[in-house]
Amino acid sequence: MSIPIPQITPLGDSGLLLLFDNSGEAAAAARCLNGAKPDWLLDAVPAYAALSVVYEPYRLNRLLRSGRLRLPDNHGQEGLLHAAAESAVLQMLGSNEWKGLSEQGRVVQVPVVYGGSGGPDLGSCAARAEMRPEQFIEAHAAAVYTVAMIGFMPGFPYMTGLPERLAQPRREAPRQRVPAGSIAVAGNQTGIYPFDSPGGWQIIGRTALQLFNLGTGSPTLLQAGDNVRFIPVQSSQAGWEEVSGR
Amino acid sequence: MSMAVMKPGLFTTVQDRGRPGWRSLGVTAGGAMDSYALRAANLLTGNLPEAAGLEMTLSGAELEVREDLLIAITGANMTPSADGEELPMWRPVWVRRGTCLKFGTAVEGCRTYLSAAGGIEVPEVLSSRGTDVRAGFGGLEGRPLMAGDLLTTGLTEPWRSQWAVRWAEKLRRQAAAEGRRWAVPSWYALPEAYAGGGRIAGHHVLRVTAGAEYSSFTKASLEVFFSTSYLVSSSSDRMGCRLTEGAKLERTASGEVLSRGIVPGTVQVPPGGQPIVLGADCQTTGGYPVMAHVISADLPLLAQLKPGDKVCFTETGLEEAHAALVRQEAALRMLEAGLCARLP
Repeated sequence: MSIPIPQITPLGDSGLLLLFDNSGEAAAAARCLNGAKPDWLLDAVPAYAALSVVYEPYRLNRLLRSGRLRLPDNHGQEGLLHAAAESAVLQMLGSNEWKGLSEQGRVVQVPVVYGGSGGPDLGSCAARAEMRPEQFIEAHAAAVYTVAMIGFMPGFPYMTGLPERLAQPRREAPRQRVPAGSIAVAGNQTGIYPFDSPGGWQIIGRTALQLFNLGTGSPTLLQAGDNVRFIPVQSSQAGWEEVSGR
Repeated sequence: MSMAVMKPGLFTTVQDRGRPGWRSLGVTAGGAMDSYALRAANLLTGNLPEAAGLEMTLSGAELEVREDLLIAITGANMTPSADGEELPMWRPVWVRRGTCLKFGTAVEGCRTYLSAAGGIEVPEVLSSRGTDVRAGFGGLEGRPLMAGDLLTTGLTEPWRSQWAVRWAEKLRRQAAAEGRRWAVPSWYALPEAYAGGGRIAGHHVLRVTAGAEYSSFTKASLEVFFSTSYLVSSSSDRMGCRLTEGAKLERTASGEVLSRGIVPGTVQVPPGGQPIVLGADCQTTGGYPVMAHVISADLPLLAQLKPGDKVCFTETGLEEAHAALVRQEAALRMLEAGLCARLP
């Protein structure tokens, strides 16, 4: 697969903003950079088609002075270190086979108890979509979603792929407390709250899965590029059994 | 236990260099708002740069020293005292057990750092001891200090630094000879990170580079941004420094900006049109238009702005921003070299 060349602009004096054609490319580039992680590279944060790269100018400066970095002869008006960061990032992306890009992203199944006390907005959402609640559930669970970014709080996935007719406005007054595990919709996206927190999205169900857990290898259940399927279950206990093989 | 918290102060947290490396999973990098002051405090107590210290905000803590300690106080001046005697800042301080350390209200600056030899010992969470209050982890149970908390420092273990051991011994003897409960050397470090773009008639000047949506703001708004003397709002915190009293900043483009990764120093403009400069605890992503970025070398100055301060912006280029950062780093390395040379 050929390497998509992103458009690159500065993100302050310690970052780059890379713009790709789609979120799949941005997520794959993030996996490539976060996997290599040289000491001057702090973070690669994918969000939709954008990728924000955060670097440590002082360390990059050292790498530059060591002569181990190829630089274009003409480094432009943004200065040497910015050109060095750009060049180093493109070299890393270029040396990677973009395996992550061609790979079908992994699919994570999320058991959900729709409606009831865990999904207080299901009824009003279904009414706005001119559906019965069961139809809304069926449509929401039939789609395959893609995590376009993790943001707002640790482990909160912003997922694209919500069927157009399920799109919802944000609540006029945000709730003071949305419980952890709440499945939410807003605009044409769906998300899951990893922690109890204030929130303005419409809440349609709840999962017993932990979206953020410090005890395990990766602290989050999901990362950008993952695909997600919601599995309707009757109780959270049933949900655990059903997906225990994931 | 090395220190007991008698009064926590307004907002005091354990902070270190933060936890960059997890932002793609939505985890805030955090860390000391004024990383220069914490690094200097660590150098002055013989610590490695990753050691954790206390960050106090606007009004400081009252701490009872339970073991002999070598400490350093940097950042904002909260008129620190030991048993009522004013303590000098920006140098190592030896304090005897039983001494009460008191920090008052910041007379200049906003955030004060207290480092102790060996660092504040709390468990590492995602490779940092820093407190992330919003996520509720790191530091002391993911929260600010409370009265009754006990703080352990590396003093109970073999010190990592021979330098700290020898200075503690020298100052202990000096204190005994002077008949005091504390002692300091006559020399001190010069704080060199707060000049920013200079000061104009009592206003702090933050240097910025252009942000992604810079050219989408109207000409008039760009003029307003660079000529307004903004007031630091009292709703500012570690997430962001909120500015007020400027004419509304407007864009020519009305299109929404998609969320993307953001960093401390980012100057974003929400629909209200008053800028917010993001701080160490900013979220990992944001969808407001980005006007500019405060240069990294001026983030210590940003950290020391307090509500009511006046601030304005001046534009600079990346080349100058990087040069300023390299100079700041060089100053810290000079300090380190100077301290090594002062081994008693």
